Amino acid sequence: MADILIPDALELKLSPKDFQTDQDVRWCPGCGDYSILKQVHTILPQLGLKKENIVFISGIGCSSRFPYYTNTFGMHSIHGRATAVASGLKATRPELSVWIVTGDGDAMSIGGNHFIHLLRRNFDVNILLFNNQIYGLTKGQYSPTSEENKITKSTPYGSVDHPFNPIALALGADATFVARSIDRDPAHLQQMLLRTWKHKGASFLEIYQNCNIYNDGAFEIFTEKATKKENDLFLVHGQPLVFGNLEDKGIRLDGFTPQVVSLTNGYSKDDLMIHDENDINKSMILSRLYEMKSEEYIFPKPFGVFFIRDRSTYEEVMNEQINTSVGKLGKGDLDKLLIGKENWIVE
Amino acid sequence: MGVETKILEEVVIKFAGDSGDGMQLTGGQFTNTSALFGNDLGTFPDFPAEIRAPQGTLAGVSGYQLNFGSKEIFTPGDLCDVLIAMNSAALKVNLSNLKSDGIIIANISGFDVKNLKLAGYDKSPIDDGSLEGFNLIKMDVTKLTRDAIEDIPLGVKEKDRCKNMFVLGFLYWMFDRPMENTINFIQSKFSNNEDVREANLRVLKAGYHYGDTTETFTTRFHVEKAKMEPGTYRNIMGNQAVAIGLVAASQRSGLPLFLGSYPITPASDILHELAKYKNFGVRTFQAEDEIAAICSCIGASFGGSLAITTTSGPGMALKAEAMGLAVMLEIPLIICNIQRGGPSTGLPTKTEQSDLMQAIYGRNGECPMPVIAAKSPADCFDAVFEACKISVQHMTPVIFLSDGYIANGAEPWKFPLTSQLDEIKAEFAKPLENNEKFLPYQRDEKLSRPWAVPGTKGLEHRIGGLEKENITGNISYEAQNHEFMVKLREEKVNRISDYIPLQELDNGPEKGELLVVGWGGTYGAIKAAVKELLTEGYKVSHIHLRHLKPFPKNLGEILNNFEKVMIPEINNGQLVKIIRDKFMIPAIPYNKIQGIPIQKTELIVKIKELLQ
Repeated sequence: MADILIPDALELKLSPKDFQTDQDVRWCPGCGDYSILKQVHTILPQLGLKKENIVFISGIGCSSRFPYYTNTFGMHSIHGRATAVASGLKATRPELSVWIVTGDGDAMSIGGNHFIHLLRRNFDVNILLFNNQIYGLTKGQYSPTSEENKITKSTPYGSVDHPFNPIALALGADATFVARSIDRDPAHLQQMLLRTWKHKGASFLEIYQNCNIYNDGAFEIFTEKATKKENDLFLVHGQPLVFGNLEDKGIRLDGFTPQVVSLTNGYSKDDLMIHDENDINKSMILSRLYEMKSEEYIFPKPFGVFFIRDRSTYEEVMNEQINTSVGKLGKGDLDKLLIGKENWIVE
Repeated sequence: MGVETKILEEVVIKFAGDSGDGMQLTGGQFTNTSALFGNDLGTFPDFPAEIRAPQGTLAGVSGYQLNFGSKEIFTPGDLCDVLIAMNSAALKVNLSNLKSDGIIIANISGFDVKNLKLAGYDKSPIDDGSLEGFNLIKMDVTKLTRDAIEDIPLGVKEKDRCKNMFVLGFLYWMFDRPMENTINFIQSKFSNNEDVREANLRVLKAGYHYGDTTETFTTRFHVEKAKMEPGTYRNIMGNQAVAIGLVAASQRSGLPLFLGSYPITPASDILHELAKYKNFGVRTFQAEDEIAAICSCIGASFGGSLAITTTSGPGMALKAEAMGLAVMLEIPLIICNIQRGGPSTGLPTKTEQSDLMQAIYGRNGECPMPVIAAKSPADCFDAVFEACKISVQHMTPVIFLSDGYIANGAEPWKFPLTSQLDEIKAEFAKPLENNEKFLPYQRDEKLSRPWAVPGTKGLEHRIGGLEKENITGNISYEAQNHEFMVKLREEKVNRISDYIPLQELDNGPEKGELLVVGWGGTYGAIKAAVKELLTEGYKVSHIHLRHLKPFPKNLGEILNNFEKVMIPEINNGQLVKIIRDKFMIPAIPYNKIQGIPIQKTELIVKIKELLQ
């Protein structure tokens, strides 16, 4: 990702340490949030941004304590509304680098409405969704991303809810950048954070994050040595979709239907689906890949950038309108506005 | 037969018809023409919540009341002198509000079998003698309109849409008014559609000439110019005044204006108006809901903009949590609540003052915010400007209250020029060098904290809705600290009373038997009632509160100068409870909760009763 390092970054001489605060980090020992915080602190000095031009805005939940631990401007707002707060900030201060830190309850449940609207408007912000598939701060109820039948404190007989697929939801809301990473893969997470930042427009990064208290092991098969290679599919633009312990499996498209094929048994890489980040239809297929059912095989979970597209940002167009209006009518004259069009004089 | 011209001091006209009959536009045009002529005036549009309720029904009646005169006018008037009834339903709904010798202008084709049935009449009231005593003028507006534009290639539906112009033209003749203003209006409104333009112009003139040439009309009326305070005036509606007041506050503070809003009646016109002012750098954001609207404002204010959110009661309820956040963050933010009848969806197009308690108390926790209310359409400008000033200079969210009645009502406005407006001083925290520690909750003598916007070197800090330690802003759950902070936030708002003007007496003696205390849109009715009673020799005084939290410092003193205090409100008694609580006096309520303004005459009756 060397191409996004701008020369100023080195001149600023900031290090990850500069982004730490004097506040005690109060997440539970072993929480996946620690890794995410560390990776964010690692990439921030690489952005070439002054600390004062970065703003982290969060909602409510474990993840939303994030701003307190990052030495930039920050706001710990109210439940579900970080996206709305960030929209107003970005609309008025387009030059700032605005980051939203949210969780699966915050963004998908109470804040679901603002989340989709921010994406369709395409404000140039970075959304980091810490998805642990559980409510942590309220002590263990199921979340809108929890799997069906999940036994939790509020669902002793199993959850009746069908979960959201955040990637598919973001694509459905016309997000212009959609990616997924995971807390236990620092290198991949850093890479995804940098790409999230680099994209101009609303960038959505879902980060699987282990809650070791209420939902421990939820993503284990994607992180444990024994299982991860069989279950993770790393997306690389322009490359065939290959996975497996021996890189011996791939995803092939049969019409619009994906299937897992063996590369040792008749198929070669040339037969596989090539990842195209700019193809919305292929991205949609990948977003649902893991949920696909087959009696013969299990689909892997994709990680990486699903989709990316250039589209004007809300704040660009908004400011353009203002500039056009000033150009056409001249800068607003308050006296003229006060006087209005029709007057009469009383003597 | 000669035509006689009667000189009148004051006239109340009610334009009433079906929702699609264009009564608001007709009334608005007559208002503008009268304002430009130099009358003082007050208006009251009254329309159904449905955009097009079933045609001809009582529910679909839309009305516009105008009171204009050569004397000072404070209200849209109680009873009408003239009622325009475009159909049977319009007559039925409004007849009880017509003076016993009033004029009825009835559109005959609105009294056909179908219309009579929809309005619930067995017999036609314009033919059965039941309107005896009134001065009934029957005219077939629909037919006369169609005849006037027979040769213009428009469909019948489009032609019939011009019939309000016929009535307007006739009224211009009847009240001796020039047509120029409306002619210019039609020319500009329909500049792209020649046929519609021509049709409207021709029908307007046909109405005027109908009065002139039909010999049945023997009387015309003339209302002289009003003797008003010298100066230059314009006509202004309440919501328009709010919008202009906000732009003025933006200009006088040097802060860019950001409006985050979700459409809601009767507040939406402020959004519409501000959306036009892009060349003033105004950014309007139509959010996905009320919560996003206020939250976007919190973001904008955090970034250094003058942020406004506009709404009405139900939206106000949704914004409550975010208002609490703004109180905790201690940032400027103006929440404009254009009140309507509640609870829940209530009466969306009808007026009420029932959100005062919500404004003052309606949030979780101890959550003090200044509350300011406008008293009339033109006063919306000054009141919202002051709300912005307090918000910015004291670093606090402020609630501005208006209501449906003053929002849609209009009156002459002796507008100020930029140079006459106060400067609003926004103080931003300065950049810090050399790792000096920034203290976000360090306070000045007003107890307000610095406005520290992103992009300023050395001010990196984190704030949020959690309880915090004073000065550092660090999260604190410490017991003593919470109590201290709750009291500090309350004291910060109370201290604003050191910076606002003392309460002035609006009318009447400084001490005595009865003081009428009003707030908001009841101003005109109270003013008119008290004025009339004073000329009749009664001893009654009037104060009108703009500052509802904190109250002006001398309010208690004024209240104690009177034996009785009466508080008229369009609610079930809200200010009266607050006054009783705060000043321990047996204030007497007068309440009307019908979705319509309090009238002068009913106040006079009540005041006389209390003075006995």
